[in-house]
Amino acid sequence: MAVNFTLNGKPVSADVDPDTPLLWVIRDTFRLTGTKFGCGIAQCGACTVHMNGLTRRSCVTPVSQVDGGTVTTIEGLEGPEARAIQDAWVDIDVPQCGFCQSGQVMSATALLKEIPQPSDDNINQAMAGNICRCATYVRIRKAIHNAADNLAHKAEA
Amino acid sequence: MTDTINTSAAANTPEPESIHNASGHGLSRRAFLVGSAATAATLVVGVYLPGKARAAAANADPAFAPNAFVRVAPDNTVTVIIKHIEFGQGPATGLSTLVADEMDADWSQIRAELAPADTAKYVNSLFGVQGTGGSTAMANSYSQMRKAGAAARAMLVQAAANRWQVDPGEITVSKGVIHHAASGQKTTFGELAGDAAKLEVPQEPTLKTPDQFTLIGTDVPKLDSRAKSTGEQRFTQDLYPDDLVVATIVHPPQFGATVASVNDSKARKVKGVIAVKAVPMGVAVYADNTYAALKGRAAVEVTWDVAKAETRSTVEMEQTYSQAAKKPGLNARNDGDVDSSLASADTVIEAEYFFPFLAHAPMETLDAVIQFKDGKVTAWAGTQIQTLDMGALAGVFGVDKANITLYTEYAGGSFGRRAQPGGDFMTEAAMVTKALGSDRPVKLMWTRENDIQGGRYRPLAVHRLRGGIDKNGNIVGWDQQIAVQSFMKGTAFESAMIKDGIDSSAVEGSKELPYAIPNLRVGQHLMDNGVPTLWWRSVEHTHNAYANETFLDQLLEKAGKDPVAGRLALLGDSHPRYRGVLEEVAAMAKKAGPVPAGHERGVALHKSFNTYVAQIAEVSDNGRGEPRVHRIWCAVDCGVPVNPNVIRAQMEGGIGFGIGAVLYDAITLSDGGHVEQTNFDRYRSLRIHEMPDIEVSVIRSAEAPTGVGEPGTPPSGPAIANAWRRLTGHSVHRLPLVPITA
Repeated sequence: MAVNFTLNGKPVSADVDPDTPLLWVIRDTFRLTGTKFGCGIAQCGACTVHMNGLTRRSCVTPVSQVDGGTVTTIEGLEGPEARAIQDAWVDIDVPQCGFCQSGQVMSATALLKEIPQPSDDNINQAMAGNICRCATYVRIRKAIHNAADNLAHKAEA
Repeated sequence: MTDTINTSAAANTPEPESIHNASGHGLSRRAFLVGSAATAATLVVGVYLPGKARAAAANADPAFAPNAFVRVAPDNTVTVIIKHIEFGQGPATGLSTLVADEMDADWSQIRAELAPADTAKYVNSLFGVQGTGGSTAMANSYSQMRKAGAAARAMLVQAAANRWQVDPGEITVSKGVIHHAASGQKTTFGELAGDAAKLEVPQEPTLKTPDQFTLIGTDVPKLDSRAKSTGEQRFTQDLYPDDLVVATIVHPPQFGATVASVNDSKARKVKGVIAVKAVPMGVAVYADNTYAALKGRAAVEVTWDVAKAETRSTVEMEQTYSQAAKKPGLNARNDGDVDSSLASADTVIEAEYFFPFLAHAPMETLDAVIQFKDGKVTAWAGTQIQTLDMGALAGVFGVDKANITLYTEYAGGSFGRRAQPGGDFMTEAAMVTKALGSDRPVKLMWTRENDIQGGRYRPLAVHRLRGGIDKNGNIVGWDQQIAVQSFMKGTAFESAMIKDGIDSSAVEGSKELPYAIPNLRVGQHLMDNGVPTLWWRSVEHTHNAYANETFLDQLLEKAGKDPVAGRLALLGDSHPRYRGVLEEVAAMAKKAGPVPAGHERGVALHKSFNTYVAQIAEVSDNGRGEPRVHRIWCAVDCGVPVNPNVIRAQMEGGIGFGIGAVLYDAITLSDGGHVEQTNFDRYRSLRIHEMPDIEVSVIRSAEAPTGVGEPGTPPSGPAIANAWRRLTGHSVHRLPLVPITA
């Protein structure tokens, strides 16, 4: 069965079993490897993508659910929030091993799109599904606040 | 099917040859090297080989790259070859900083590349093998990498002097620009690479004095932050060479069990599955794609032979260890007369501690890509002890090491898991590859369940402590009996690590207790256990520091002493670096203001891997009878702080790693020896809402630099437990602090 959807702005078609998790279609079929396998049961968030604009754990999402929909991976991430998040990540050197960071960036970008000036509680709620075994959480929190501030300053200017 | 997009931007080792065919675009690294070599020579410096004083001009062999630490290309990039694997602790940036500073390079021209397996060139001088661990990357590279950079600089200066016909002493170098002020001439490293490559390599180049450092000691931006924020960083999991076979594996449900029989009929019916093979470690499932390999894995039916399996529960193991620790063990240290001191003490406190098995659970599960073709083996993996993994490959495939190429990939965390004295994962991956009997590349990828249930845990340990206080409140006696299994026995490290029956790892951090206690004994009981174990971030310091620092805190409290002043008094004048971090952290917490109502603070001090760390934790009750950790202050003395930003990051991460384990984690075995945890649902990892604020102070020291990857972890647990005891009156002698619920 062919599943048709929009991946990073381009129409794609995947001829795979409909129960195939979106993660493996993204990685194995389309070779977009920024989205990671970490647990397979939606516990760690390393596989986070945006599906129809919302964060989604692609490891437990059958590709059939995305038929006709839109998927954005870290490779296709764009817009002012994404740039602000990624720049803030680099600015204070958030990543250590880096393996979870695609998922962290996807969740953080979605948060900023929804809440331009998130509180610590907002950050906890939006980011608690993304495990970082290197425990870069102090910097993730700071980078999100920095990105929000930078966006606000740009809006003023 | 539309675009396929390959993320090779952050690649730093040659990919499987066919990978770019799969991607349909992109110039392979190999092609790039050939191309650049054809246009101009490249300076490669190998100061580590005194016998080969002539720098290698790299215009002949495109495979020159691993031969050195520094490579200057005509495009003016300086590539630093990093002999230590990068999985977050920062050696790619830290070691590059040493080279860049001595070269007076501009940081923007620096690139880092992980060295492949080549023991002769990339040996860890503290291990005698090529490998990373024990927080040694900076300690064993500091002089070596500085010399490599200084030699490169000297040759570039000489090349400029020759070209301009001036005295090299009149030439200056700053931010990658070579300058002769008198004649007004300027040039770049890249311009001179070809000339410099023809010169003799100075064997003892002049190194900078610390006051001349421009990058060392500063917050140099990490080289890999951008690629790791955009998804571009390549890991082993991301390798998709053409014709790839993806393999998964089913392991026995008990440690030591073996395959009795396999029913693969259901697995073979899964679309995409191409083979099912029994290997000594379990049953491998091969498929054309990952999902098929996972579905096949779930469908395999295996009957196991448990005759030689470890079938005890962790409860039974604890009882056995507890019995052992009731008697004096082999003395790792024995000062004064402990038995008499305890017999005559005014007050004696006893405590028995129980520490669980702990999994490392790096974000990227263990994986490797191996191809055996035309008698040659090529492997890609996050290999942490390359020398031993090479040996594993040679052993399984029966080929000479000359016919094996092992590339070191960036890895998604390790915390010790990828450093295997027996090379057991590489052996497994090689056996899985060989069993297929194909020359296709095979990627073996562990599931998270393989990882959590796969053993090589931090060992389970039981400590029995007794401490005596005299009528004046002085601690006069300390007896610590440690029951733990050794993971050094029977490995390549046994002769170095076990001397006169004492496993220096098992008692580390307790044997060296710095406090002036006149009668002090540390006894070791090495226990037999069928559960495979391994070093886990900061190794046995994890449980030893916890027992030391919580028990000491109890004794000080019983003696009516302040936890900081009491420790300082016991340190006396002979431990300035211990004192330095303790006084610093106390000042930090004091500066933060009074302890809020309902909160308490606790302190802990520990040296590991020659780095001194003191921490103060502030905790409250989260309303469910569990600690909430609000803040941690941390002071660290790791000698010359090469990159304070990386040091702070490692303290933050080491603390978070320690907190997660101390609060929530245990691997437990049920009756029969089955691991009860399978994934992150029951083996909890610390999450962002559980992470405290952390403030780190890095001591400005002139001592030789020591490691920072591990030493942040040991003090975090006891600091929290000490705060919790002061808050609740409850001494935590069994970890995790938050009991595991079924």
